Amino acid sequence: MDWLAYGAAIVLFTALTVYALSGGADFGGGVWDLLAQGSRAAAQRQTIAHAIGPIWETNHVWMILAVVVMFTGFPRVFEAVSVTLHIPITLALIGIVLRGSAFAFRSFDAPGGVYRRRWSYTFAAASVVTPLLLGMVVGAVASGQIRLDPATGRVAPEFFRSWLAPFPIAVGVFAVALFAFLAAVYLTLETDDRALQEDFRIRALGAAVVVGILALACLLLSRQGAPLIRAGLASQPWSLPFHALTGIAAVSAMVALWQRRYRWARRFAMAQVVLILWGWALAQAPYLVVPDYTIINAAAAPKVLATLLIVLGCGAVLLVPALWYLFTLFKRPSTNA
Amino acid sequence: MPSPAARTLAAATAILAPLSGDLSARMVARTQPVKLAAMEAHWETMRGAPLIIGGWPDEQAEVTRWGIEIPYGLSLLAEHHPMAEIPGLKSVPKADRPPVAIVHWAFDLMVGIGTLLAALAVLSAWLAWKRRDVLTRPTFLKVIVLCTPLGMIAIEAGWVVTEVGRQPWIVQGYLRTADAVTPMPWLWIPFTLFSLLYVMLAVIVVVLLRRQVVQSAALYGTYSNR
Repeated sequence: MDWLAYGAAIVLFTALTVYALSGGADFGGGVWDLLAQGSRAAAQRQTIAHAIGPIWETNHVWMILAVVVMFTGFPRVFEAVSVTLHIPITLALIGIVLRGSAFAFRSFDAPGGVYRRRWSYTFAAASVVTPLLLGMVVGAVASGQIRLDPATGRVAPEFFRSWLAPFPIAVGVFAVALFAFLAAVYLTLETDDRALQEDFRIRALGAAVVVGILALACLLLSRQGAPLIRAGLASQPWSLPFHALTGIAAVSAMVALWQRRYRWARRFAMAQVVLILWGWALAQAPYLVVPDYTIINAAAAPKVLATLLIVLGCGAVLLVPALWYLFTLFKRPSTNA
Repeated sequence: MPSPAARTLAAATAILAPLSGDLSARMVARTQPVKLAAMEAHWETMRGAPLIIGGWPDEQAEVTRWGIEIPYGLSLLAEHHPMAEIPGLKSVPKADRPPVAIVHWAFDLMVGIGTLLAALAVLSAWLAWKRRDVLTRPTFLKVIVLCTPLGMIAIEAGWVVTEVGRQPWIVQGYLRTADAVTPMPWLWIPFTLFSLLYVMLAVIVVVLLRRQVVQSAALYGTYSNR
């Protein structure tokens, strides 16, 4: 029942994609909160808080969904990742907890408290560190350093080497930049104030340039850091058109930003993020953890996969309308193009 | 004075809780007999097993000393029959038994609190029926306030019973907890980190709530000013 395993893998990846599009922008918002400067810094922070406020808890649910699908559908991959990448995952978790609590405390603290600045720093610092760590996890998974020990049938216990290497670190920094870019693009549409829109536009353009440079750096580092993926990328026939498409999305987003067509900028930016993520997934397919864990050999029993997919289907019937309502309610479009 | 809605809910749940507890006890007796034996510090497999409240379970000697024994209590509770056979802790090897003292005392704490709260609810209802004004008496209100944390404590004690009582299994009969632990050295570091994190968050919540209360008192005046 191979298609069950592939179905579960697609669900897993879709959850990660939606997480990047929503939660990623959440983190990016925190980055801009940290870097807010100029005469409108307070207004910028307020816009960010206003944008994130109603939806940040929902956003991180996608991460939980991805983790649950992973340990239900692909338990051996879960074992491999959670054992060898225990340290960055734990630190990322602490970052997420601190982020959420700092945000909540800041909102509900007595007004005019001197602690507001402290919450803001905590929130912002955690918003930078967490996507860095998550990106490092992705890089480590792709790097091929996580190996199955054939003697024990379990993952080889190695706790530092897989994620403390140039390639994963570069992927981590790339993740921060990408989320910051996405957030800035979203934020242009979160305010009606012309001056604030200009602020976020400049930031988005700057971030887009940084994303491009870092993408190149990751590509160069993948030669040493993730040789299997690099070879796969080079050999697949679809790979060149796919990456051309990603490049087109990136450039289109920048052009739209330049022309102040923010709705289009958002569409292109989201497309760019989706293409980057799926480009990675397809380059790594069929491996879930390079090179020993594939979608087929790491999958749970067909009965488990079937139950998982049915339950997710039923859940989606309940969840999707509610999510749609949440987002349309709180993200009423601003009055510009 | 507590609102009518609050009083009704408290009374209803205080009565329903023991009923649900009885249901749970019968379930546990059927599916997890070792956990039941640990909860009740019950060592020997026997018919007509007594209910032991309190006491000191001695794991070396495999007896429970100085407990208050209610004859046939355990058989009645677990199987609703005074001569039902209840397996004891001795029916499984030592390696398959959970720590008895912790589970037993936590269980007694939970049931004790539950009974106390139920009794309090019944007593308040009766007193209120006799003389309405007792519900505004400072003494009564002070007792209610003192009982506020008991609910949480009972819940936590229940969790201790569940999670310590299931040891050494993490999946009963299939996987021991010791075999499921991440094979990483220095696991006490993340464990300590998370514990400290939660302690810190708890402290912050208390500080913030206190600040809110103090500020609102300053803004709106305290109760004595009304």
